[in-house]
Amino acid sequence: MNHDGTNALVQMRGLSFSRGDRTILGDIDLEVRHGKITAIMGPSGCGKTTLLWLIGGQLRPQAGMVTVDGLRVPELKRHQLMALRCRMGMLFQNGALLSDLSVYDNVAFPLRENTDLPESAIRDLVLLKLQAVGLRGAVGLATSELSGGMARRVALARAIVMDPMLIMYDEPFAGQDPISMGVLARLIKTMNHALGLTSIVVSHDIHETCDIADYVYVLADGRIKGQGPPQELLQSDDPWLTQFLHAKADGPVAFHYPAPDLGKELMP
Amino acid sequence: MSAVAAGRQLPRALEQVRRLGASTRGGVAWCGRATRIFLLTLRVLPLVLARPAMIVRQLYAVGVMSALIIMVSAFFVGMVLGLQGYNTLVLFGAEESLGVLVALSLVRELGPVLGALLFAGRAGTALAAEVGLMRATDQLAAMEMMGVDPLRLVMGPRFIAGVLSLPILVALFDVVAIYGGHFVGVGVLGVDDGVFWSQMQSAVKWDDISDGVIKSAVFAVLVTWIALFCGYDSEPTPAGLGQATTRAMVSSSLAVLGMDYLLTALMFD
Repeated sequence: MNHDGTNALVQMRGLSFSRGDRTILGDIDLEVRHGKITAIMGPSGCGKTTLLWLIGGQLRPQAGMVTVDGLRVPELKRHQLMALRCRMGMLFQNGALLSDLSVYDNVAFPLRENTDLPESAIRDLVLLKLQAVGLRGAVGLATSELSGGMARRVALARAIVMDPMLIMYDEPFAGQDPISMGVLARLIKTMNHALGLTSIVVSHDIHETCDIADYVYVLADGRIKGQGPPQELLQSDDPWLTQFLHAKADGPVAFHYPAPDLGKELMP
Repeated sequence: MSAVAAGRQLPRALEQVRRLGASTRGGVAWCGRATRIFLLTLRVLPLVLARPAMIVRQLYAVGVMSALIIMVSAFFVGMVLGLQGYNTLVLFGAEESLGVLVALSLVRELGPVLGALLFAGRAGTALAAEVGLMRATDQLAAMEMMGVDPLRLVMGPRFIAGVLSLPILVALFDVVAIYGGHFVGVGVLGVDDGVFWSQMQSAVKWDDISDGVIKSAVFAVLVTWIALFCGYDSEPTPAGLGQATTRAMVSSSLAVLGMDYLLTALMFD
């Protein structure tokens, strides 16, 4: 249970975010429950990643509130925000490994910067986390020697090395081959249950995400178009959700970009 | 002029004014952001100084790696000064003053300015590109999400390394360029070796050297900060990275030349 009596680790209430005149997110209400994998899906550019940045406090909303473990994120002072981030992990779309450090040093990085642990303890923790993602053998490699899938697994080891309460995955499956995709999906699910984490997965890969998610929010045009357990959503008869979740080329989201009549354009 | 023609020109003129206003506002906002991040970085410098290993690594990348190009350029600059100075001074029978001319030109003006411009080209662009790439690949954002301040870990050590390196590189530039002038003046054109050094020794004052050191220290802060901020503030795209590198070079060169005039006016007032 949370401080406010709910079982939600992350809560958004009436959250709005704009860049200039463009509204990215409008009046979003969302809950991420303790111990669950919550997926946020939607077409490219619909504001999914912005949502993660608002949870991490890297962006501030123009209206509404986001709370993490009962803390009102936009109102936190910088040192409070940094302390909260030490309890959160984030897996970036490209891994975001520090390019001048080795695999070992990348995973050890948060421990060295945020704790006073002796190097022997850091070494043990790093090896354990790398073992969990299946890359203990790659401990001595440079980041430039890793494939895309391996880089994401190293980034995952780095994200969990501080034993966070919440981990956010930004498009973990994008650009991955089927084997890497399967490995990552299994890792996300296993980690969540084995380590008692709460996970938010932002993705537009329907099958992989629905396979592992406990609850799904579907976002489009800055608003929540649908929400529920994945099986319920997949059976929804809402035309927009049906088009998105079953990857249909035409539907409420038109195949053609708005244009004048073709006949008139060809024969003026 | 017809009303239609006037009607066409008016929006175009207004568009020019709008663009001018937008670019001015953008420039002021850029300076504001740069100053804010500069002050935040100054605040974390004591924490950076507590970890000298990070600074030493950057001193190597920023300072040591720039030393060769500074020395080679300095030797050529000194040779040109020796040649040009000799050809002018010999007309007045004053070629014995070649050492003075070479040394004063370098210590007061050419050393700090050319050293800073070369530093901007070699180390400044490298810093902007490195930090810009870290921005483009989310490395800075990842640090923030791990509760680690990138100003402390990325900007601070590089800033200190740049500020320490440039004055030393300028001193190196002066010394090598004087030897370049000596090589041409004494070795090739036949100016007396003893006169070359003794005239220089008697004419160059401590104030000349300290003015050069002050200039190089000011240029070091300007060039290093502009380069770092251009990378830090860059658009996270390949084009943004290119723009950041170009802006680092152009802005820091202009800043050095403008500040050189101000400092010279203050020092020789």
